[in-house]
Amino acid sequence: MSGLTAISLLLGAYLAVFLESSCQWVRHALGAQIDLLPCLAVYAGCRTDLWTLVALALFGGLSFDAMTANPLGVSTVPLFLIGFGTYRYRDKILREQVFAQAMLGIGACAFAPLLTLGLMLVSGAQPVYGWGTAWQILVMAVGGLATPFCFRLFNHFNHAFAYPVAAESSFRPDREIKRGKS
Amino acid sequence: MFRRPNYVWLSLILLLGLIVFNLPSQSGAHLKLALGGLFLPLFGLSGATQNLVQLGTGAFESRRGLQQQIERLNQENQQLRLQVLQDQGIWQENVQLRQLLGWQRNGRWKLKSARVVSRDPSNWWRGLQLDVGSRDGVRKDLPVITSEGLVGRVVDAGYSHCQVALVGDPNCRVSALVAETQDNGIIAPGSAGVLDPLLVYLTYLPNNNHVKPGQAVVTSGLGGVFPKGIPIGQIVFADSVGHGLYAEARVKLAANLSHLEYVTVILP
Repeated sequence: MSGLTAISLLLGAYLAVFLESSCQWVRHALGAQIDLLPCLAVYAGCRTDLWTLVALALFGGLSFDAMTANPLGVSTVPLFLIGFGTYRYRDKILREQVFAQAMLGIGACAFAPLLTLGLMLVSGAQPVYGWGTAWQILVMAVGGLATPFCFRLFNHFNHAFAYPVAAESSFRPDREIKRGKS
Repeated sequence: MFRRPNYVWLSLILLLGLIVFNLPSQSGAHLKLALGGLFLPLFGLSGATQNLVQLGTGAFESRRGLQQQIERLNQENQQLRLQVLQDQGIWQENVQLRQLLGWQRNGRWKLKSARVVSRDPSNWWRGLQLDVGSRDGVRKDLPVITSEGLVGRVVDAGYSHCQVALVGDPNCRVSALVAETQDNGIIAPGSAGVLDPLLVYLTYLPNNNHVKPGQAVVTSGLGGVFPKGIPIGQIVFADSVGHGLYAEARVKLAANLSHLEYVTVILP
């Protein structure tokens, strides 16, 4: 795994937090803001190593918490658990399929706010929640549909900047059929 | 199933999360401000781009439209000047009467305009970030208002930016009173405000209150954070709660907290 993927993921997390803080049209239209960090955690779990996953969970979670009134660090655990769970079972997931990516994203985007809310309530914080929270989590889960776009975007990015894979020759000297008398 | 390095990573993250989670509130707030500062260049860039777009669109406005705008602003300016003259008279009278009674003199507010650079991206809190900080004299617990009414209070101030908890956030409880009946209560968040940020609760009202829909709610001045008389909103619904121990009312906020661009901080 190249360092480029890690850098592009961290840059993606930085931009995601910035967009969530500055663009409010989804919140105005649907009553809830969507979160793109779980989608990135799913991508990191499917495509990168544990180092990158940890870096994303720490940087993304802490940056997100810094922009909110969340207790600092509360978002890192759900992000890491999402990424780690995907990483553990990535060989058993049809991770190249758009449907699988979307389902993973929806699950992750529903799981992250639920766990964050649970951790905050356990820690004694008093967030604003009620029956409307169910709608907000639904909207956030639908935000998981952005996961296939994340896969496409990062794949294009990595292909654009990474060295092209050298084509291997099918010729093998040990399998050469030598004709004539030896 | 789980290999050893995976356990190590999982334990490490949980440990780090616990450490950061249990940081003293002061250190946590400083760390948050420092991390939030990482985003300031992007917010500055987006603000500058918006200004450029506004300038660009303004350049294509018709001369006739601009003249109409100038005329309207002149009329408004004239009205405001007359109002200020009238208020100055009332102010002088108030000062004299306070002197006669031996009451403490009310100071005029020192105001600082600020631009809203970002909003709290989570769905559980009501907050925003302003482009003013300690270099502009802004510090913790200063009230934030608009011309319509109360917006919130500063909860953390960095050098060049500050975090504001809006009315309706659990970190911004306001002592309020109903202007007509003088009934005191506390403005607090409630489940109705989850989807509509303009709805808050006026709770701990006395049971024998005379609160009715349409009445104005203003700050009471108790608590020492918010000056007395800042408009908060209007009562939309009142009911007895807490097994009849106290009453509660829903209040629609006067300031539109969903579409704030510029606000004013009241400096000490």
